[in-house]
Amino acid sequence: MHTVVLTKGVPDFREGQVSFDEDGHLERGKTPTVMNPNDQFALEAALQTRVRHGGRVSVMSMGPPGYKEVLQEAMASVYADDLFLVSDREMAAADTWATAITLSAGIEKLGEPDIVFAGFKTADGETGHTGPQANWCLDMPLVTHVISLDVDEEEGILRAKRLVEGDIEEIETVETSLPAFVVTDPEFVPSYRSAGHRLTLKDLRKETKERAEHYEDHLTVWDHTDVNLDPDYIGLDGSPTIVSSVDPIPKAPAEREATMVDPDDSEAMDDVLEAMQSALAGDAAAAGGD
Amino acid sequence: MTEYEHYEALVVGAGPGGAAAAATFANYGIETLVLERGVEAGSKNVSGGLIYAEESAPYTIDDLFPGFREEAAERPITTYRIHNIAGSKVESFDLTRLHEHDTEWSDAVLRRKMDSWLAERVHERTRETGGGLLTDVHVNGLLREDGKIVGVTTDELDPITADVIVAADGVNSELARDAGLMDWDEPEEWFQGVKAVVDMPADVIADRFDVGEDEGAAHLFSGDLFSGVRGGGFLYTNRESLSLGTVFHLDSLVAERAEPHELLDAMLTHPLLGQWLDEDYVEVEYSAKLVPDSKKVALREPHFGRLMVVGDAAGQMQAQGPIIKGMNHAVSAGALAAEAYAQAKSRNSPEDAGTLYAKKLKREGVMQKLRPQGYELMRGITERDSVTDLVDGVLTSSVGRFGIRALSGQLERLYNTPALSSMIPDTRTPYVTLPTVIAEELGTKIRETNDVSPPDLEARIENLTYDTDIGNPHITLLDNSFEASGAAVSACPVSAVDFGGGCYREEFVRTNGSEERVVSLDTQPCVECGTCAVVADTEWTHPRGGKGVEFNQG
Ligand SMILES: Cc1cc2nc3c(=O)[nH]c(=O)nc-3n(C[C@H](O)[C@H](O)[C@H](O)COP(=O)(O)OP(=O)(O)OC[C@H]3O[C@@H](n4cnc5c(N)ncnc54)[C@H](O)[C@@H]3O)c2cc1C
Ligand SMILES: Cc1cc2nc3c(=O)[nH]c(=O)nc-3n(C[C@H](O)[C@H](O)[C@H](O)COP(=O)(O)OP(=O)(O)OC[C@H]3O[C@@H](n4cnc5c(N)ncnc54)[C@H](O)[C@@H]3O)c2cc1C
Ligand code: SF4
Repeated sequence: MHTVVLTKGVPDFREGQVSFDEDGHLERGKTPTVMNPNDQFALEAALQTRVRHGGRVSVMSMGPPGYKEVLQEAMASVYADDLFLVSDREMAAADTWATAITLSAGIEKLGEPDIVFAGFKTADGETGHTGPQANWCLDMPLVTHVISLDVDEEEGILRAKRLVEGDIEEIETVETSLPAFVVTDPEFVPSYRSAGHRLTLKDLRKETKERAEHYEDHLTVWDHTDVNLDPDYIGLDGSPTIVSSVDPIPKAPAEREATMVDPDDSEAMDDVLEAMQSALAGDAAAAGGD
Repeated sequence: MTEYEHYEALVVGAGPGGAAAAATFANYGIETLVLERGVEAGSKNVSGGLIYAEESAPYTIDDLFPGFREEAAERPITTYRIHNIAGSKVESFDLTRLHEHDTEWSDAVLRRKMDSWLAERVHERTRETGGGLLTDVHVNGLLREDGKIVGVTTDELDPITADVIVAADGVNSELARDAGLMDWDEPEEWFQGVKAVVDMPADVIADRFDVGEDEGAAHLFSGDLFSGVRGGGFLYTNRESLSLGTVFHLDSLVAERAEPHELLDAMLTHPLLGQWLDEDYVEVEYSAKLVPDSKKVALREPHFGRLMVVGDAAGQMQAQGPIIKGMNHAVSAGALAAEAYAQAKSRNSPEDAGTLYAKKLKREGVMQKLRPQGYELMRGITERDSVTDLVDGVLTSSVGRFGIRALSGQLERLYNTPALSSMIPDTRTPYVTLPTVIAEELGTKIRETNDVSPPDLEARIENLTYDTDIGNPHITLLDNSFEASGAAVSACPVSAVDFGGGCYREEFVRTNGSEERVVSLDTQPCVECGTCAVVADTEWTHPRGGKGVEFNQG
């Protein structure tokens, strides 16, 4: 089985890593780039397929040269046999559509993978568009919100449990032919019920960690000519959407007016009750109630 | 018949017994799968612990794992003393001779470090023969077909079959119980061990214990400091920490309603310990586990069909007087079981492996150490209450005291006699009365002060690492009446009377006007010691793989 996992670099939003300027804008230069946390689940799903059915896992990203380390992180933290970075200046400032076009061209250059995995939403863009749009170009069956996966290699089918409407309360099982495109949900859990699989998993984890130490030996970088793309259809030029402005969300006032009330002071408590009642009445009026 | 995943050999548990069995199987080229419930081997295990390489043993740990002493152990023990205590009077004997008897070497160990080191080697070696070692897998029972044992079932994996199964799953072995070889009914058959690991830089250890870089000290404590509970305390030096703990007979602990952590504190704060511990006392881990008493429970035929039981699971834990030997016997037994299977198989009768293993235990002298004949013979007399009372009466009388004084020159030699120490009756005489009288008659008063203030139980629990299996408690109270299960309130090492944050609590419920005394259980702070499997009416299992407490020292 050959699987491809799409992954993107995002600012490390964890406390202590991320830095914002006075206006609340992200300072990219001061914030380290890490692998999009949700892509972990896509990688886990690919690793599960690798453990159960052998073959190879390719991890691909479109982005600046700095994404090499993001690919290394994918290889070290979960698993990868080889890494592909699609990168050049022409691709800069792509929206999700141009990104999807570029990625699908990269996937096609890899041949005909059995499954392509994407994560659910990035930590910065958060559109969740890139996977499905890339698949629109590839024209494979698409299964999203996948929480568990089972491949029948002989029959050439994939069975998946997925969240209906992204809701954990409602789970359906779907079946599709291979090749297929899978978007993993953050609820995805790999399953290894056989000792043999767990032993293979242990071997593969060790191998991938060792491989990641000299990941550049396993990395291929492609520019737009390598993937046969016209610069007009990628990057800024190929992006139909334009971000016209970005508005910071106003900060909540740090200090609010507060009156301290002694709970044993019944007169003062009556005032509180009154204030609450009138506030509730005001809300009801605003909502059109009577 | 269902097709299951199959391995030639299956080893359950990656303590010293399991590691020795797996390494030996691998040496014979046998495909071996090892299943361990901890997140890492050693994360569930506790010992004192001094591991012995006995001269007379068929296998030692460094035979099977070259480099063990250099890479997995702490310090070799080069001085060994026992302290008889009465109040602040202490009479100390040098026990180095008993310690060195039949001993090639003996090193202090910490189990997380030791077992994880062993497991790495075991995995490498078993992987070469097509198997390997997996952690986070809890084996929950035996798989049977037509009434015969053919494999195991687990919480995490589909059932697995094997031609031979070695249960090296330690004390409270679920497999030995499932096979009907062990029950957990009698407190008399078990000890409870409680331990604290305390930080101490190497140069301070060198200074306070007068030991060089590759030397270490062992100290044992007995007498009147443990409120009359039968047992004793120990102190061993590691590279950069101390292991301090207590080992008590479980029946005695229950009878005295003693709180294990308070007995530990009684030792930690005794003036004698003031020379080694000060107010900078930093306890890095509190832990506990049951210890079988081989004299009573070592299985004479530790096998059933394809199943062979080794180590603590088979009760192979020898208390040679004050010296505790469990790990070394687990190693011998594990290796002998694997060897027995390999030999039986080469004679085309693998079904004889169990019988051959039991024979080897006898032939190699292991069984004689575990169940010494002297003890069996003497037990009928010396463990009668009337005899204990008589002996204690004499000892504490002026005649006995005179005797002790008269014997003063000989006592150290007697303590160092291996044959005597293996016959020690399981009564208060050797544990409490004798050391107390010795200290009273011959001891010197300790002038040292001890400024240690040990953490309370709440702080000790807080300091432990848990991955709680929420909504899936591994212990269920079958009878919550105080008569049936109340003993656990004090005997559980992480519970105490009047302490709300432990596992067991005493409660009063009103029903129809009458008040009933019951106990309630919360397994969250459980350290999986096994005590309440014996002293309370419970359905007791270990947690699922990787869940529950995780010891970082052991
Ligand atoms: C309107 C708009 C305008 C934009 N303009 C700019 C701009 O001017 N400059 C700029 O730098 N960025 C711009 N971006 C951001 C950039 O287009 C997106 O970050 C990128 O397309 C991925 O979209 P997303 O972050 O929403 O990912 P999602 O669609 O939420 O990601 C889902 C999954 O798709 C895969 N994936 C997403 N992106 C990649 C990738 N690059 N490589 C491999 N796999 C991927 C991952 O598996 C991921 O988990 C713009 C985005 C939008 C929506
Ligand atoms: C306080 C104390 C002090 C001691 N001092 C000493 C000493 O100084 N010297 C000495 O030699 N001995 C000492 N012992 C005894 C010694 O620790 C044991 O005898 C020894 O560890 C037994 O080894 P074992 O391999 O049989 O079992 P263990 O070391 O207990 O190993 C059993 C393994 O099986 C795993 N396991 C259990 N159940 C399952 C399951 N269902 N599925 C999967 N895995 C499972 C456990 O996680 C564990 O790793 C002491 C014990 C205590 C508690
Ligand atoms: S609950 Fe039982 S097994 Fe857990 S620590 Fe207490 S006595 Fe030990």
